[in-house]
Amino acid sequence: MSNQKNAFVFNKENEIKAKEILLKYPTDRRQSAIMPLLDLAQRQNENWLSRDIVEYVADYLEMPFIKAWEVVTFYSMYYTKYNGKYLVQVCGTTPCWLRGSDQVIKACKEVISPEPNTVSSDGLFSWMQVECLGACVNAPLVQINDDYYEDLTYDTTKNVLQSLIDGSPLSIGSQSGRKSSKAVS
Amino acid sequence: MLKEKDKIFTNLFGDEPFHIKNAQARGDWDNTKELIKKGREWIIDEMKKSELRGRGGAGFPTGLKWSFMPKDSKLTNYLVVNADESEPGTCKDRDMIRNEPHKLIEGCLLASFAMNAHTCYIYIRGEYFNEAVVLQKAIDEAYDAGLIGKNAAKSGWDFDIFLHRGAGAYICGEETALLESLEGKKGQPRLKPPFPANKGLYGSPTTVNNVETIAVVPTILRRGGEWFSSFGRPKNTGTKVFCISGHVNNPCNIEEEMSIPLRELVEKHAGGVTGGWDNLKAVIPGGSSVPLIPKSTCDTVLMDFDSLSAVKSGLGTAAVIVMDKSTDLVKAISKLSHFYKHESCGQCTPCREGTGWMWRMMEKIGNGYASSNDIDKLLDVTKQIEGHTICALGDAAAWPIQGLFRHFRDEIEEQLKKTKAA
Repeated sequence: MSNQKNAFVFNKENEIKAKEILLKYPTDRRQSAIMPLLDLAQRQNENWLSRDIVEYVADYLEMPFIKAWEVVTFYSMYYTKYNGKYLVQVCGTTPCWLRGSDQVIKACKEVISPEPNTVSSDGLFSWMQVECLGACVNAPLVQINDDYYEDLTYDTTKNVLQSLIDGSPLSIGSQSGRKSSKAVS
Repeated sequence: MLKEKDKIFTNLFGDEPFHIKNAQARGDWDNTKELIKKGREWIIDEMKKSELRGRGGAGFPTGLKWSFMPKDSKLTNYLVVNADESEPGTCKDRDMIRNEPHKLIEGCLLASFAMNAHTCYIYIRGEYFNEAVVLQKAIDEAYDAGLIGKNAAKSGWDFDIFLHRGAGAYICGEETALLESLEGKKGQPRLKPPFPANKGLYGSPTTVNNVETIAVVPTILRRGGEWFSSFGRPKNTGTKVFCISGHVNNPCNIEEEMSIPLRELVEKHAGGVTGGWDNLKAVIPGGSSVPLIPKSTCDTVLMDFDSLSAVKSGLGTAAVIVMDKSTDLVKAISKLSHFYKHESCGQCTPCREGTGWMWRMMEKIGNGYASSNDIDKLLDVTKQIEGHTICALGDAAAWPIQGLFRHFRDEIEEQLKKTKAA
């Protein structure tokens, strides 16, 4: 980012969205909109937030920068660095681990990069281990940007990652062929 | 086994679309106006008769909770729905939101009316992006059909619902942390009292309810509180959506009768334990925060609040995590310790420092470089964290460790001796 303060502004579409978001909260409670507005700004900026952007959002909501920065650093879904076009988040909490999340991580290490939080050499993606994603009966799973890929194995994880490389992502949801969280019978 | 006709969530798996027309064909929004016309007292009374206990984990009686809301406050009352489903093992609300959103929305209207609230916020975890998209579409459909908004469902009651997405913090499932988050701050729990019913969102009277608690309200009011309380055992009534994960042949969500035996639940719906029932080692019966129970207990225990608390565990969110004999239990629990370390909000010293300390000690034990004294010290620390923090996250971090050593200490010490000898 340049040194010029507040080089970032919401684009036209997001300016409209931001105004709509503010309508959800009482007029004297603008700070309530900090989370959705940070999300909006992050989406406009390749899924990460620089200090300048956070300053812009804080000014937008007439709140101190430090209060906005506290929010950015408290929640895990705001990123202060670029993570590649696709951010692959592997759940490693107990229900996923019991069903083989180690194999999912192995596939990520092989296809993306040996270390987490490292953008692949082609800039396409990075991976990280996260805590429970809340889809435990479809374990193990990964979240890629906004989407869940569930019921994974080592092989199907590789297939999903390959589909990103090929530019035609596989359908989201279960990769074992079942529907939602219904038991296979 | 719960009969099909008694299931509340007939579209839990999304066999049909979530849209309003399909939902209405399934019975949602059927003459909602009439239910509202029966009045606030009638609604709360039916809820009390149903004996519904909150489905978010604590199991507090819902009707009673609603009756705590001040009746003649000059402030704005709020209903806040907790859709920040993050308890490891739990994914029931997700299915209700994406496949039965209209049950939730209609429940919001009825509950809000009963508590004199014109505004409801639904706080959904940030990772549930696609679920939030579906829920927003369903909310828009309800507005377009005049079922919510001004003069909602022609009842004369004005009612708005706003969806608010979180951004990845387990602690926001704690109700006062959720309110802080909704006010645009870090999600750090508040000291209680004052309780949210007196001073909640923006300092106004607020009730926070779990998704499932609110989504069952319309059906309870239509079929009657007594219908709901006819399932399960006294004080443990109703139907319940269970999540069965881990070492079972067919992991799934399933709506069943409360108080169903654990063994029947796992064998009838999840295809049984991998390798058969005798291959079972232990079960975490109510989400990561409750202590595990060994197979001998699983043989006979019933899945309800009182039965599980009698065996020093809990129903929690009814998320059943099954572990077979291949499981390294120390590692399984250590991963939960890591979870709590990661999710501690950092406000209270015992939790902030203790969760990391407990995790490191669990890793040490898992690696075999620990002694019996270390286990004593660890258990002592769990006791110093438990009950000494503002919210229950400290307790939730302590209990799984206590449960592990309550039932498997001998086996773990045996293993430590072997490692030492080698």
